[in-house]
Amino acid sequence: MTDNSRTGGGIHAGSASYAGRATVIETRKLSRTVQGKLLVDDISLEVKQGEIVAVVGPSGAGKSSFLRLINRLDEPTGGTVYLDGLDYRQLAPRELRRRVGMVMQSAYLFPGTVAENLCFGPRQHGEDLPVQEIDRLLEQTGLEGFAQREVLHLSGGEAQRVSLARTLANKPEVLLLDEPTSALDERAEREIEALLMRVLRDHHLTALMVTHDTAQAERIADRAILIEAGRLILNGSVQEVLNAEPVHH
Amino acid sequence: MLNQFITDPMVLRAAQAAGAAILALMVAYLARRADINMQREAIVSLVRGISQIVIVGLLLTIVLGRARWLSAFVLLAMTLAGAAIAARRTKQIPGILQVTMRSIVLGAGLVIGIMVGLEVIDRSPATLIPVGSMIIANAMNTTALALDRFRAEVEAHTGQIEAGLALGAASTVVVAPYLKAAVQAGMIPSVNNLRSLGIVWIPGVMAGMVLAGTDPIEAAIYQFVVVAMLFATAGTTALLCTLFVRSHAFSAAEQLTLRMKA
Repeated sequence: MTDNSRTGGGIHAGSASYAGRATVIETRKLSRTVQGKLLVDDISLEVKQGEIVAVVGPSGAGKSSFLRLINRLDEPTGGTVYLDGLDYRQLAPRELRRRVGMVMQSAYLFPGTVAENLCFGPRQHGEDLPVQEIDRLLEQTGLEGFAQREVLHLSGGEAQRVSLARTLANKPEVLLLDEPTSALDERAEREIEALLMRVLRDHHLTALMVTHDTAQAERIADRAILIEAGRLILNGSVQEVLNAEPVHH
Repeated sequence: MLNQFITDPMVLRAAQAAGAAILALMVAYLARRADINMQREAIVSLVRGISQIVIVGLLLTIVLGRARWLSAFVLLAMTLAGAAIAARRTKQIPGILQVTMRSIVLGAGLVIGIMVGLEVIDRSPATLIPVGSMIIANAMNTTALALDRFRAEVEAHTGQIEAGLALGAASTVVVAPYLKAAVQAGMIPSVNNLRSLGIVWIPGVMAGMVLAGTDPIEAAIYQFVVVAMLFATAGTTALLCTLFVRSHAFSAAEQLTLRMKA
């Protein structure tokens, strides 16, 4: 069970400035057990429209597992997720994943050009991404002129930008960011972080971002949650959560 | 040389088998001196090989000339054994036996059925069992090779597969390049056999027919028929096993559920 004494007695309603906004993502008693091991344990959380929530906690705490459940890359063994008030099991998984985009720790680009990678998502839904849209996404992610570049020749930072642009090409309502800067060097990390902040605000995206970097959480997030051993331990302001997190602060 | 000292044909064959086994053991001994330890495996394989083939010989003497349903029984037993061996070779994929079983039963069964129906393979046990066994063995090897390649590809590209799924792609789309590689890998030996037929090797069926006094041209054509059947078996089995392993690897909610065992 969630430690309700620290989360204020149940589902946290979000930070004060988002209190009046609609809930976009709600996890309700979300759990996942694999071979008897609880990876995610009874997590209930609400995320409001446009809110950015940092997910922090020690390694192996279940932060990435939690994000994978929201994208339904893994199946919950208990509880469910509501997207705009609808139980996500009532949505086709492919439609859900178009609406809830995910950027992973590594870029995992497909062989081919940058433009081909950007067109991949829309093509899965029978849409052709217009050239102007490709150019707009590349400009937005600082990759002007990269459309015909082979992904093999990209640096780590450039590849992660393509990964973000590829996810944005699907026009998601929610963005799940699973330590998107952790595999990058310090300079690329700061560049991607600045890019993320800009893109999240420009697109008015609701986001959950797993990060091990407390300073990054402070810079980007409106709110933070602390997960330990699969359980939601604390849900509150970024400062409040970071002060309570023993390992990284 | 041996036939100068041994007149009894059975004793002569036993002596020839012993000679071949000694040669194989000498190779294993030489390998050991080069720090490649294969003696135990060589001995086990030789003992197992001679036992299995002698038992099959005994079974054939019982089955040949008897009811035709007996050959169906023998081929079914061979198919089950083939499925178990192919599953053991790809044991890192959990629950793979049902995939190898369905692939080999359907792949080999389809080709044997069509060939028997067209009377390309004679229904008599003396023909059906040896030719059928070749088809089943080929289906087994193809399945093992294709599944092993599929396992390696999924292990190496789990990130790309899940990135594709996370972008809303169907499992059939994200796994397509790896299934293609698996089909190609499974078919390599059969393609090579067809290409090199007569140039690099004269296969056993043709050699046996020529030794038994059949016209070499007739023997060659029948050998081509056999190799073409094996090619068809490899293609059918490779396609079937990749089709089955794909549905085995993903859930109905388009999640990659295949997690390899250590």
